Amino acid sequence: MSKRTVEVELSTSGLDRHGKPQRIPLVTNDGGTAVALEPPPGIEPDLDGEHMLINIGPQHPATHGVLRLVLELDGETVVRCIPHIGYLHCGFEKIGEYRQYNQIICWTDREDYLNSLGNNVAFALGAERLFGIEITERCKVLRVIAAELSRIMSHLVWLGTFCIDIGAFTPFLWAFQRREEIYRLIEKWVGARLTTSATRVGGMAADIPSGWMDGLNRFTHTFPHTLDEIDRVLTKNAIWVGRTVGLGVMNPTEAVNWGLSGPMLRASGVAYDVRKDFPYLDYETYDFDVPVGTSGDVYDRYLVRFEEMRQSVRILIQAAERLPAGPVNIDDPRTILPPKSKATSEMESMIHHFKVVMEGPRPPIGESYVAVESPKGEKGYYMVSDGTSKPVRWRIRPPSFVNLAAIPKMVEGHLLSDVIAINASIDIVMGEIDR
Amino acid sequence: MTPFQVVDTGTGAPGPAPATPRNLPNRGGEANPSAKALQDRFGAAIKRAEVVWGETVVFVDSASVSEVIRWLHDDASQQYDYLSDVTAVEYRDADVPIEVVWHLRSLPFRRFLRVKAELQKGQPLEIDSVYDIYRGADWLERECYDMFGIQFKGHPDLRRILMWESYKEGFPLRKDFPLRGRFSRSEQLRQALAQNPEARYSMEELSIADAFAELPEDMRERLTKGERTGE
Repeated sequence: MSKRTVEVELSTSGLDRHGKPQRIPLVTNDGGTAVALEPPPGIEPDLDGEHMLINIGPQHPATHGVLRLVLELDGETVVRCIPHIGYLHCGFEKIGEYRQYNQIICWTDREDYLNSLGNNVAFALGAERLFGIEITERCKVLRVIAAELSRIMSHLVWLGTFCIDIGAFTPFLWAFQRREEIYRLIEKWVGARLTTSATRVGGMAADIPSGWMDGLNRFTHTFPHTLDEIDRVLTKNAIWVGRTVGLGVMNPTEAVNWGLSGPMLRASGVAYDVRKDFPYLDYETYDFDVPVGTSGDVYDRYLVRFEEMRQSVRILIQAAERLPAGPVNIDDPRTILPPKSKATSEMESMIHHFKVVMEGPRPPIGESYVAVESPKGEKGYYMVSDGTSKPVRWRIRPPSFVNLAAIPKMVEGHLLSDVIAINASIDIVMGEIDR
Repeated sequence: MTPFQVVDTGTGAPGPAPATPRNLPNRGGEANPSAKALQDRFGAAIKRAEVVWGETVVFVDSASVSEVIRWLHDDASQQYDYLSDVTAVEYRDADVPIEVVWHLRSLPFRRFLRVKAELQKGQPLEIDSVYDIYRGADWLERECYDMFGIQFKGHPDLRRILMWESYKEGFPLRKDFPLRGRFSRSEQLRQALAQNPEARYSMEELSIADAFAELPEDMRERLTKGERTGE
C-alpha cells in the first residue's frame, strides 16, 4: 500500500525567498526531502483487509457531469477505481450518418458544450479537407478568433469549477464574470450563446457585425488583469498548493503511452501541441508559446491551463490585428448558400439554394482525419465519404474520453478527497465522453 | 527539478517547421516515408498504401496488425509512440469488408499514419489488440467493440463501455442496426423497468463488496465462475 507523499521541491511558486515552502503542511526530513506521511501514533490502528466499496456519482456535483466512479477504499486511501461512463450516450456518430455535412455541425455544438465554437471550427476543417475546399483568408482568421475565444471560455469554466472542488469560491465568480463577456461577444456574432453552430462547410454562418472587434479588443486588454487577480489568489496560496502538488502524477512516457493530450500531456513535460506540430488555420504564423510542466501533477496542469489562457490572448490580439477584408465564404454555389435576396430574385441562385438545402453538398469519395487542439486536447474528426451527401462514418476522437481512461492509474494510492481534485484536473466534459 | 517552463516550439522534431497543408489532392501526393519502409520490411503483409487528401493510408493484413504496429512503435526510424484513435468503418455496400482503423502519430518525427485492416463480413470479427503496445487503446478498443462488435484478441477487459452491460440489442454503429433501435419505445421502456438495479454494478465490483453474501444465488454462482460482467 503506497502512502501519500508530498513533493517538497515545488516546480514553481509556493516557495519563499529562500526556496523553502511556505506554510505547506509537508513532512520532511532534515535534508529537505519529502518523506511519507505517517499517521500520528496512537490514533487508529491500520484496519488491515477491511476494504470499503463506495460509489461516487453519476449524480454528483464534483464529477462534472454524469460520471460514476466506484472506489475500493482502504481507510481513506483508494485501492482501486472503476469508472463507468455512458450515462449521456446519445449516439451522435450514428445520427451523423443520417445527416448532411452542414446538419452535423449542430451536433458538434452539443458534444463538448464548453467549446462549441472550437468544435464547429474543427468539424468544418475536417469536412473541407474531405470536400477539397480552400477557405478564404478572412475566414481563417475569424476561425482562429472563434477557437481561441472558446478555449479561454472552456478554461474559465474549468478554473471556476476546479476552485469550487478544492474549496475556493471567489475565483469562480471572477472567472464566470469574464466568461459572460465572451458569451455576449459570441451572441452578437452568431446569435446563440451555447449552441453556436457558427461555421459552415466553406465558410462561416455569419461575418462579424460592425463594431464587434472593439468589443474583442476591450476583452483582450482587460482579461489579463483578471488572470493576474486569480493568479495572486491561487498560485502561491498554501492551501491551493498543498491540495494540488504531487497528486495524480503521470510521467512523460506514461502520458504518451496512455494517449493523453492537451494540457494533461503538456503538464507531464511533453510539448505536443497540435497547433505547433500539425498546424491548421495557419497557426504556424502566429507567435505564441506552449506551456510545459515538469512534474505532471495536478498543480502543473493548473499552471499549464492558466498560461494557455494568456497565450490565447496573445493569439487573439495578433488575429485582431491581421484580420483581412474580403469575403468570408468561398465562392462556390455547390456548397455555399446564395444570399437570401438573390435566392428569391434570381432563378439560378434559387436552384442553387434548393440543391444545397435539399440534396446537400457532395464530397468526392475519400476520407479525412483532421485534429485540432481543443481545450481538452487533441480533438479529431474522422470522416469517410462514399460520394453521397451524407458521411458513411463520422467519428469523433474525444480527448476527454482518452484522458479520463487514465483516472484509475492517477487516483490509486491517493486519498479519497484527492480523487475530486484529480478528476477536476482532467477537465472532462461528459457530453464529449459519452457522445 | 527544472521549473515550469514556457517553450515556443513543439516536440522539437528535426527538419523544416511544419506548415498548414494547402491544396491537397484527392488522391496521390507525397506519401509518408513510413509506408515505403513498411512495404520493404513486411512485404506481402502490407496489402497496399495510398494517399488520400494528403494522409497516408496503409492496408495491413488483418493477421499481422499487432506485429506491424509494434514495429512502428518500437523501431528507432519510425517511433510511432502516440495512438490517436482506434475505430472501425462499415460501408453502406454490404459486400465491402469492415475496416478497423488505427490513427498513429510519431511525435518525434511529426508524422501521421493511418493503418487499416479489413475484416470480411460473414467471418468472425476478430483482430489483435494493441493494448500491450499502447495503454491508451484500452477504452478506445472497448468502445469499438461496444459499437461494432469487433473482438480485440488480447484485450484484458473487453466489455461494453458506452452502452450498459446488459444491453442486448446488438452493436449500434453497424449498418444493419436501425437508427431508432431494434425494439419499439414501449419495449425499450419495459426492458428498462424490468432491469435488475444490482446489474449496474459489474461482477468485479460486486466481488469486492460486503454485500456479496446477500447477492442472489445465481449472481454469486456466476461470480465464483469468474464472470466479469453484470446481468
